[in-house]
Amino acid sequence: MEVFRSHVLVCGGTGCTSSGSDKIIAAMEEQIKQSGLEREIKVIRTGCFGLCEVGPVVIVYPEGTFYARVKDADVEEIVQEHLLKGRIVRRLVYTDKGDHHDAGKPLGEIDFYRHQTRIALRNCGVIDPENIDEYIAFDGYKALAKALTEMTPEGVIDVITKSGLRGRGGGGFPAGTKWKFAAAQKADKKYVICNADEGDPGAFMDRSVLEGDPHAVIEAMAICGYSMGSDEGYVYVRAEYPIAVKRLNIAIAEAREYGLLGKDILGTGFNFDIHVRLGAGAFVCGEETALMVSIEGMRGEPRPKPPFPAVKGLFGKPSNINNVETYANVPQILLKGAEWFRTMGTERSPGTKVFALGGKINNTGLVEVPMGTPLRTVIYDIGGGIPNDRKFKAVQTGGPSGGCIPANLLDVPIEYDSLLEIGSMMGSGGMVVMDEDNCMVDIARFFLDFTVEESCGKCTPCRIGTRRMLEILERIVEGKGQPDDIEKLERLARSIKATALCGLGQTAPNPVLSTLHYFRHEYEAHIQDKKCPAHQCKSLLHLEITDKCRGCTACVRVCPVDAITGEVRNKHAIDTDKCTKCYSCIEKCRFDAIVKV
Amino acid sequence: MAENAQKYEKLDQIIRQHKDEPGNLMPVMQEAQEIFGCVPLDVQERIADGLGVTLSEVYGVATFYSQFALEPKGKYVISVCLGTACYVKGSQQVLDKICEELGTASGKTSDDGMFTIQATRCIGACGLAPVMTINDEVHGRITADDVPAILGKYKV
Repeated sequence: MEVFRSHVLVCGGTGCTSSGSDKIIAAMEEQIKQSGLEREIKVIRTGCFGLCEVGPVVIVYPEGTFYARVKDADVEEIVQEHLLKGRIVRRLVYTDKGDHHDAGKPLGEIDFYRHQTRIALRNCGVIDPENIDEYIAFDGYKALAKALTEMTPEGVIDVITKSGLRGRGGGGFPAGTKWKFAAAQKADKKYVICNADEGDPGAFMDRSVLEGDPHAVIEAMAICGYSMGSDEGYVYVRAEYPIAVKRLNIAIAEAREYGLLGKDILGTGFNFDIHVRLGAGAFVCGEETALMVSIEGMRGEPRPKPPFPAVKGLFGKPSNINNVETYANVPQILLKGAEWFRTMGTERSPGTKVFALGGKINNTGLVEVPMGTPLRTVIYDIGGGIPNDRKFKAVQTGGPSGGCIPANLLDVPIEYDSLLEIGSMMGSGGMVVMDEDNCMVDIARFFLDFTVEESCGKCTPCRIGTRRMLEILERIVEGKGQPDDIEKLERLARSIKATALCGLGQTAPNPVLSTLHYFRHEYEAHIQDKKCPAHQCKSLLHLEITDKCRGCTACVRVCPVDAITGEVRNKHAIDTDKCTKCYSCIEKCRFDAIVKV
Repeated sequence: MAENAQKYEKLDQIIRQHKDEPGNLMPVMQEAQEIFGCVPLDVQERIADGLGVTLSEVYGVATFYSQFALEPKGKYVISVCLGTACYVKGSQQVLDKICEELGTASGKTSDDGMFTIQATRCIGACGLAPVMTINDEVHGRITADDVPAILGKYKV
């Protein structure tokens, strides 16, 4: 095996790839070759490091120097200074806010990482996901070997059950119980399914696991297959995730080549293989019954439960379905034991959870924390708080099925049950932060717009009910809300929750109910006073020029519809009838003299 | 025409390849879309005949999933992310500006066949929000003001 004196890890997750990490890798390899260092330094494209905000990210080992927002033009300097002469390029080193140790801190001491515990993400940003040897070097496939050679199928299920691992896709159903149901069925064929149809807007945990550590999912599926007596698995993954799909396919091919998938795995007589199926852009296919119908090649419409998938699933056969993150926990649990897993998290929700932190937050990215961590820790200590000195208003968890949590509940510990109690839900782990400039009625409208578009149309409450709710919300944000609209929304929400066929419909009213609960005054302001307190809803605001105006005429010149008039050095005025509220005058004004009222 | 015949030949080959697989309809349609750029009615008919399913079943799948297009798309496909993280950071304004600049509604293709505008769900580049892609190129941290300059690069 070749030994290198230095490893350069470049993030190849979707976020960093979008900001040009491919070019950095190419330039880095070129520079290293030119400097004759190709036998000394190895460049590795890894999965997501998590701190997407400062991407593209490059880490140089053994020093552990963390370079942020690297551009391809910076590569030469890194190679010439750092790799050749051992001098750290200080201007590119990531430092915590207010921290002046410009040599940078070890990764584990950076604020963003300090509060995290990485299990599902343990290999993301550490190994080359396209090289099975690196996974194996980090204890990869050891859990599968242990299960096949030292454990009975019942023994495997027992460990998973005792660990208390709950489904990370949103519902939080105990994984061990699911496996046990599927194992108890007698059938000539059973299936193991991995749900990688991560459709919640603002959530990218599963994609990052597949991109950064695809073998963990493959290994876990094989373990699950062994425990329930199945020899075939499917991964249903969003087509919008090309990098994840590519790496998953590479990983499956490698595993087959190594005899870790296929016939007679590790000489134990156990057979297992995996197929990849691509979604085609339907949110409802994240619902387990719809997902299975979609693998069967049909319109992804959910079917009623029972029968549950464990009894009658894919192609009518008993099936177990978990999501990517759930599976990613499995190999570690098997290796380290249920007790180890239970040392993290809470009694009711053991282990960790990955969150995709986004929206109005300084450190956008992917974080993994023990269950029970307060929201405040995630948003302020890890996320670095709200940018531009704005005030925190709410955090949305659970995507279109979840709710908005206000500031006074920020100390609630994050776990399945506590989030349900405050009217939101864990969901798959999207966490979108909103500040005082976001209108909560508009956010509710945004989510309903999403559900209406994604409703499959099979059941009436969802197809028609959500549409009616959207219409009401639309008229409220347009200033045409009627006095009994809130009551109508609540009535519709209750009926839809009680009667819709699948999880998508049953949870669709949640964004409305939670905003109504915590931000009712915003609805009332829209309906009664015809005002949008956040100054977001265009129909409910107009622009005014205040006394701060110096009469510079900049706004007069920029206005596309000639709505502003005024002489030099005299206060200007806006004709609100002409104004189209494009806000270009606000951006142009150097004196903050134009305000939304 | 010869080009078209070639495409159909390729499609027939794919149909033969997948013929006996369970749940083969969607994978075949996805590959058909790769070949033709969309799945118009005659392609759907060919698939239905080849796999031995009804045309209504194929059409049902084609219209259920948002990735299947029945008509060809423009030379440049502009996708503005309307995922939550992008939305709260103002991607709707970006989308509005693009529609205004190109005089084309979201979901439509411009009359000259150059641009298709679409709103898309989260593409997972939330660190770059608001984000849009034009074909495979990603544009991040954009504001409505950046739109004319970005579009200008493609308009030539």
